Amino acid sequence: MILLAEFESPKVEYATISPLLIVVGAAILGVLVEAFVPRAWRYPVQVGVAALGLLIALADTVRVGLALDTLDAGLLARGSLAVENSMVVDGPTVFLWGTLLVMSLISVLLFAERRLEGGLTSFAGQAAALPGTDAEREASTRGIEHTEVFPLLLFAVTGMLLFPASNDLLLMFVALEVLSLPLYLLCGLARRRRLLSQEAAMKYFLLGAFSSAFFLYGVALIYGFAGSFELADIDAAVSASSGANAYLLGGIGLMAVGLLFKVGAAPFHAWTPDVYQGAPTAVTAFMAACTKIAAFGALMRVFYVAFGGASWDWRPLMWVVAILTMVVGSVIAITQTDVKRMLAYSSIAHAGFVLVGFAGVYAGTGDVVGVTSVSSVLFYLAAYGFSTIGAFAIITLVRDAGGETTALSRWAGLGREAPVLAGTFAFFLLAFAGIPLTSGFIGKWAVFAAAWAGGAWPLVVVAVVMSAVAAFFYVRVIVAMFFSDPVDIKPAVAVPSILTTGVITVTALATVALGVVPGPVLDLAQQAGAFVR
Amino acid sequence: MSFPWLSVIAALPLIGAVALALAPRSRRIAAPLALAVSVLALALGLVAALTQFDPGGGFQLTEQHVWIASLGAYYAMGVDGIGLTLVLLTLVLTPIVILASWHDGDEGRWSTNAFFAWILALEGLAVGVFAATDVFLFYVLFEATLVPIYFLIGGFGGARRNYAAVKFLLFSLLGGLLMLASVVGLYVVAADNGGPTYLLSELSQLPMDETTGRWLFLGFFIAFAVKAPMFPVHTWLPDAAQAATPGTSVLLVSILDKIGTFGMIRFCLGLFPEASQWASPVIIVLAVVSVLYGALLAIGQDDMRRLIAYTSVSHFGFIVLGIFVFTSQGGSGSTLYMFNHGMSTAALFLVTGMLIHRHGSARISDYGGVQRSAPVLAGFFLVAGLSSLSLPGLSPFVSEFLVLAGTFRRSEVAAVAAVLGIVLAALYILLMYKRTMNGPVRDSLPATRDLGTRERLALAPLIAVIVVLGFFPQVLLDVIDPAVGATLDVVGVEQPAPDVMVSEGSLP
Repeated sequence: MILLAEFESPKVEYATISPLLIVVGAAILGVLVEAFVPRAWRYPVQVGVAALGLLIALADTVRVGLALDTLDAGLLARGSLAVENSMVVDGPTVFLWGTLLVMSLISVLLFAERRLEGGLTSFAGQAAALPGTDAEREASTRGIEHTEVFPLLLFAVTGMLLFPASNDLLLMFVALEVLSLPLYLLCGLARRRRLLSQEAAMKYFLLGAFSSAFFLYGVALIYGFAGSFELADIDAAVSASSGANAYLLGGIGLMAVGLLFKVGAAPFHAWTPDVYQGAPTAVTAFMAACTKIAAFGALMRVFYVAFGGASWDWRPLMWVVAILTMVVGSVIAITQTDVKRMLAYSSIAHAGFVLVGFAGVYAGTGDVVGVTSVSSVLFYLAAYGFSTIGAFAIITLVRDAGGETTALSRWAGLGREAPVLAGTFAFFLLAFAGIPLTSGFIGKWAVFAAAWAGGAWPLVVVAVVMSAVAAFFYVRVIVAMFFSDPVDIKPAVAVPSILTTGVITVTALATVALGVVPGPVLDLAQQAGAFVR
Repeated sequence: MSFPWLSVIAALPLIGAVALALAPRSRRIAAPLALAVSVLALALGLVAALTQFDPGGGFQLTEQHVWIASLGAYYAMGVDGIGLTLVLLTLVLTPIVILASWHDGDEGRWSTNAFFAWILALEGLAVGVFAATDVFLFYVLFEATLVPIYFLIGGFGGARRNYAAVKFLLFSLLGGLLMLASVVGLYVVAADNGGPTYLLSELSQLPMDETTGRWLFLGFFIAFAVKAPMFPVHTWLPDAAQAATPGTSVLLVSILDKIGTFGMIRFCLGLFPEASQWASPVIIVLAVVSVLYGALLAIGQDDMRRLIAYTSVSHFGFIVLGIFVFTSQGGSGSTLYMFNHGMSTAALFLVTGMLIHRHGSARISDYGGVQRSAPVLAGFFLVAGLSSLSLPGLSPFVSEFLVLAGTFRRSEVAAVAAVLGIVLAALYILLMYKRTMNGPVRDSLPATRDLGTRERLALAPLIAVIVVLGFFPQVLLDVIDPAVGATLDVVGVEQPAPDVMVSEGSLP
C-alpha cells in the first residue's frame, strides 16, 4: 500500500499530443477493420479510416498550433514539454506535424488509386506468394489485395510525427523504429516487378537496421557522457564540459550516421536509388516526402537543442556531408537512365541543399532578423514534399503492358502524346531545378540565405554550382519528353481516377502557389520560431 | 492611384500568350493575333513614353506593392531613361519579329500557336525585366525569360537546335545561379542593416563592406557577362544563333542579351560602385578583347548566322567598354548603342534569314551575285550591313563614336585598340556583302525571289529608325543622358576633363 501511494502515474498532456494519438488510434482501428470487416468492404473502410484519421489529426494540429504557450525567456520559441519531458510540442513540431499530415493525406490518395491496375491497388495481391508461382497468379485472378497498407501507412506516420517531437533520445529511437518498420514492409509490396521490390525492401531493411544500431550506439555514448536521455540535460552537460570528450564526439558522430541515413545524405545514401526504384511508386512518393521531413526535423532538434553548444565540433562535419551529398546526388544523377532512379539521386542532391540551410544560422535568440535555418529548412521541406509527390504521381501514369515504364528512353515523345501531363512533369522538374516562380526557387533562396547569414557562404557557392549541374539532368528529361521522338513504341499514358488526378492537381497548384506567393507559408515557418528546450 | 502603365504593358503580351495557347491551333489565327497584341503593347508603350515620361525626373511610372514581406521582396516597377529606352526597344522589335517570322512557326516541333505564344511571353517578361526596380523581382523575371527562349530555340530551330538550346540554357543557368548567390548575399547584408529589403532605392543606400561588395559584384557581373555575352563566356551565342530561327535570334541578341548590359549599368554600377571601379581595368581589357576577338572570328565565318553572332560579341564589347570607362559620353553612348545595335542586328538577322530561307543554305560560299535577281533584298542587306559597321549617317555610328570618345578620355590605349574593331567591322561586313550579293551569279544558285510585301513591311521600319536616329540621335539622348548622369553620380568617379571643350549637343 505504501508503495502504491508513492507511485505517481506519469502526467500525459493529452490535449497537446492529441494529433499523434488520433493517428495511432486510426492505425489501430485499421488493424481491427482488417480483422473484422468482410473482404469486400475493407478497401473503402480502410481508405475512409486513414483519410479521416489524418484529416482530423490535421485539424487538431491547427488547434494545438493556435494554443501554443508563449515562452518569455528571451527566446523566439513557443510551446511546451509534454509527457514527463519526453516529448516537446513547439512551433517547429507543429509545422512539421502539419506538413507531414498534409503530405501523408495526399499519399493516401495515391495509395488508394485502383483504376491503373484494372480495379486493384498497385500493391501485391498476396505478398507472401513467391513471384511467378501459381499462388501469385491465383491471388491476382481472384482480385485479392492487401488493404493492410493503409494501417501500415498510419503507423509509419505515427513514427514520423513522434520522431521530430521527441525530447528524449530513447523515445526518438522508438519513433525511428516505428516509422521505419512499416516502410520496410511497404517497399516490398509492389504488384509488378516483385523481385525488384523485394530486393529493395531487403536492402532498405538491412541498411536501415545497421543505421538504427549506429544511432542506438550513439545514444548510449551520449548517455555515458551526460547521464541523461533528455535533450536539455545533454545541452547542459555539453555547456559544462570543456575540451574534447570522446563520448560526446563519438556519440554525435554515431547519431549523425543514423539520422543522415534517414535523410539520404552521402555517404549514407546508397540505399536511396535501389529503394526508390523498387518500391511501389506511391510508397516512394510517400517516403521521399515524409521520411525526409521527419528525419530533418529530428536532425535539427538533436543538433540544435542537445548539441548546440558543441556546434564548433559538428559544423565542419556537416559542411563536408552537405558538399559531398550535393556533389554525389547531382553528378551521379546525370548518368541515370531510369526516371525513378534519377529522382532518387535528385532527392539526395536536395538533401544536400537542405543540409546547406541546416549548417546556417540558428536563431535561438530574438535578435536575428530574417530567415533562419529552422524556417528555411521547414519551408524547403514543404516545398520539396509537394513537388516530389506530384512527380512520382505522374510516374505512376506512364505505363506499358508490364506496368510503369520508368526507362527514360521510353519517355521520349511524351510531350506530344500527353502535353498536359508532360508539361506538368516538366514544371515539377523546373521546381526541382529551382527556376523562379516555382516553390523550389524560394526554397533554395531561403536555405542559401540562412547559410549565408550563418557565414557559410562557401557552402552557398558550392550549392549554386551544383544547382547548375543538377539543372542539366532535369533538362535532359525535358529534352527527352519534348524534343525527342519516340524510339519504337509510343509511351502510353493511363487515365487515372479522380484520386491521382487530384493529387497531381493539388501538388502542382501548391508548387505554383509556394513559388509565386510564398509569403504565408514562409511566415508560418518563421513564426514556428526556435526549438523549445 | 495612378494607372499602372508598366504592369499593363508587361501583362498584355503575357495574356496574349495564354490566349494563343488556349486558342484553336491555326496558322491563320496565331500570327495576326500575336501581331495585334504586340502592336497594341507598342502603342501603349509609346503613349506612356510620350505623355507620362519626363526625361529629367529619375524613376517614373513607378508602382510598388509588398510581395513577400519576410524576404523584403516588392513588386516594384519603374523606369528611368535607360529602362525606358530598352522597354521601347523590346516593344518595337517584337511586332517586327512577328511580321518577319510569319511562317517560321509552321515547321517546328509544335504548333504555330506555341511559337507565337512563346514570343509574346518573352516580350512580356523582357519588359518586366527592364522595368523591375526590385532586385528579387528582376532576378525572378531574368531567370523566367530563359524558359520561352529555350523552347523557341529547341522547338523551332534548325539542325542541332537541341544542342544549342541546352548549351544556352546551361550557360545562362550557371550565370544566373551565381547571381542568385549574390542576390542572397544582398539579402543578408540588408537584413544585417535594419531589415530585409530588395528595393533598388534602399539597397543603393546600404553601407557595404568592401570585400563583400566585391564578391557580390562578381556574382552579378558574371551572370551579365554570360548574358551579354562577353569573351570568354560567349561561346553559346554562335551555336544558338546558328540553330534558331531568325526571329528567335533577334529576340535573343537584340533584346535578351541587352539584359546583360542593362544589368551592368543598373545593378553593377548602381549597387556596387566601389567594386565596379575596382574591377574596371580587367573588364575594360575583356571588353577590348571581345571587340577584337569577336570581329576577327566574324571575318573567318562561312555561316552568315554565326558571323552575325560574332559581330554581336564585338558590338557588346563596345557597349561594356562604354559602361566601364565611367564617362558620361561612354555611358550615354553605350545605352544608345544598346538600342541601335538592337535595330541594326535585327535588320541583319532578318534579311539574312530571308535569304537563307529562299535557298536553304547559310553558307556564304554557296551564294554570289544575288543582287542581280533580288535587288531589294540586296539593298536592305547593304543598309543593314553598313549600319552594323557604323557608317556615319546611320544610327550605330553615333553611339560607337560616343563610346570611343568616352573611352579616349579614360584610357587612350583601350580606345586605340577598340578603334581597330571598326576597321575589322568594315572587313567582315563588306566581305560578306561582296561574296553573297556582288560578283557573278553562281551557276549552282537558282534565281533569288525578291522580297515580298510582308518582308518589306517588316524591314522598312527598322531601316527607317536606323536612318532617322542616325541624323537625330538627340531624341533618344535627351532621354538617356539624365539617367546615365544619375548612375555615374552614384559611382562617384570624377569625370576627366576633355582637352577640347565640346558644347552639349554639338556631337553628331
